[in-house]
Amino acid sequence: MGVQGPSLKRYAITRLALVVPMLFILLTLVFVLMRVAPGNPVSASLGGHVPPAVIKQISHQLGYDKPLYVQYGHYLLNVAQGNFGTTISDRRSVGSIIAVNGAATLELTFFALIVALVVGLVVGLLSGRFRDSPIDAGGRLFGIVVYATPVFFLGLLAQLVFGVWLNWLPTSDQASPITQALMKTHTNIFFVDAIVDGNWSALKDVVEHLVLPATTLGLVYGGVFIRLIRVNVIRTLKEDYIEAARARGINERSVVYRHAFKNALVPVVTVIGLQVALLLGGAILTETTFNWPGLGHELYIYLQNRDYAAVQGIVVLFGLVVVLVSIVIDFVNALIDPRVRY
Amino acid sequence: MAAVSPEVRLHRRTIGVRRALQPIVEARGMARGMLFTGAGLTLFFVLVAILAPLISPYGFDQYKSGGHRFAQLAHPSHAHVFGTNVQSTDVLSRIIWGAQTELEVVALALVFGLVVGVPLGLFSGYYGGAFDRAAVLFMDAMFAFPPLLLAIVIAFLLGSSVSSGVLVAAIAITITYVPQYFRVVRNHVISVREESYVEAARALGARPRTILRRYVFFNVVQNVPVIATLNAADAVLTLTALGFLGYGVQPTQGAEWGYDVSRAVSDAASGIWWTGLFPGLAIVLLVTGLTLLGEGLNETINPVLRRRSIRKVDFRAGSLAPPSELLEP
Repeated sequence: MGVQGPSLKRYAITRLALVVPMLFILLTLVFVLMRVAPGNPVSASLGGHVPPAVIKQISHQLGYDKPLYVQYGHYLLNVAQGNFGTTISDRRSVGSIIAVNGAATLELTFFALIVALVVGLVVGLLSGRFRDSPIDAGGRLFGIVVYATPVFFLGLLAQLVFGVWLNWLPTSDQASPITQALMKTHTNIFFVDAIVDGNWSALKDVVEHLVLPATTLGLVYGGVFIRLIRVNVIRTLKEDYIEAARARGINERSVVYRHAFKNALVPVVTVIGLQVALLLGGAILTETTFNWPGLGHELYIYLQNRDYAAVQGIVVLFGLVVVLVSIVIDFVNALIDPRVRY
Repeated sequence: MAAVSPEVRLHRRTIGVRRALQPIVEARGMARGMLFTGAGLTLFFVLVAILAPLISPYGFDQYKSGGHRFAQLAHPSHAHVFGTNVQSTDVLSRIIWGAQTELEVVALALVFGLVVGVPLGLFSGYYGGAFDRAAVLFMDAMFAFPPLLLAIVIAFLLGSSVSSGVLVAAIAITITYVPQYFRVVRNHVISVREESYVEAARALGARPRTILRRYVFFNVVQNVPVIATLNAADAVLTLTALGFLGYGVQPTQGAEWGYDVSRAVSDAASGIWWTGLFPGLAIVLLVTGLTLLGEGLNETINPVLRRRSIRKVDFRAGSLAPPSELLEP
């Protein structure tokens, strides 16, 4: 395939080139949003009990007394160098928040995505395959109800049933305090750290803490996948090549499993990419419900403290992640789907 | 253009309405079931919201009656069918008044979103050019935010300057959905723009405004009910999520289901289930209703998903009679 090389390369370059203005808009949007809000960020986050002189001094230290366009320029320069700023309320660098709390979010969303995919694939494929049968009706209803359930409500029910009544699983935090104290950190992802150290009792503890939040978040996002996979299977089963396969006398099982399902799953890759935005949004609620120390949980706390700098940093990071994931997904799509040519 | 008598105009309009409603009347099977269940559930909550002053046993923040303070966290009983919460308010009453809050916010958000998103999409798609490119880039950048995150930030920023929680929530939700309306409408306009009937109108010398209004708008706007209903479902989820995190409608301004669930998280730790279960179920039912309605509409209106009503013809000897449903008028 001599044609593929150059065209894919050109596609990659245009796609990457478009990222720059998009990031620029993203950064500007967040900056403007956070600065049009009334009040000085420093006084907002420190509360009313701090003397004006102190506020003035801190404002000066952090550069909030400079004109807006200077602040904006500094901000862009810093971000370009990978410096997302410092929080006002507790003076952490946003970079370290991302490293520590981002790891917790990564752990949660990764396992949630696996749950979502398993649920979505099984129910969605069956629903689409047996369209309009009781299986389909049940599958769709399940998908819709699961989608209609707020993450935090499902989390509450899970805590009530599995945490309080059955007392099987812990309902909050990422690991029990003892485990956290004894564990060495390598990646900040507890699951990985426990495996790296071969610390099996810690791993058990970490997994136990993961089950409820990851299943809750995953089930809700499974609803999105169910819908999507079902529609794709139905659409694929209507394609001419399926008809052609049937006409050749290939048995129905083989038509469905070998020809239809594989093709029906290609668009799913794209949607996984788009779902990252939703998944991160859901993570904010799941983390708050389960007291999971991820980015969403931190964001919630910084919002309560009205810490504009921290909020700005975390919001920009979320946007960045979504943009980057969507690019990666586009490339993957261009590689696996020969019809995608730009 | 020749004058059209009012009768003719009315006649045209009824034909138009009938044609628009035809797929719904003709819906069969699961699509029909979804459509009707969804419409029923949605209607139920609309009625609850409208009749709230009549059917609600107590006010949304009423914690005493006849000089007696209600018991805190009382089990469901005769006096309080769904029990009471930690502030002694009646859980059922809060759910009933909450229906009002949810529907108010969602209706406002839908109207705002349509008013901003649809014209923007029409304009951008039809005229193209630099404005279109800039708008698309901007909307794509908005898309990069998790919708809930954007809503939280907007609600957080507006919270201090706009006093009405309903308005804050509605604006926050609107901003997250405008890019969606914009994208759908714009992409549809672009495909319709090159259709031969639009070109014919252009060739006849119709002004761009007329083309947009008479030819493009009605073709594009058909998709809007489906998106709007599905977005309404999503909007309820966003609103309750905002409430859960403490943004949007404030506890003094009205009952909000998400807020009630957030208060119930600490109750759950001691095994108290009624403060969270009932408001949560209300959310699930309303969102399910709106989703079923939207999906049902989608299946009946969207020709790609619509099941063909013509059955396969059976070619075996003696069975060449047309399927019975084709014979019916």
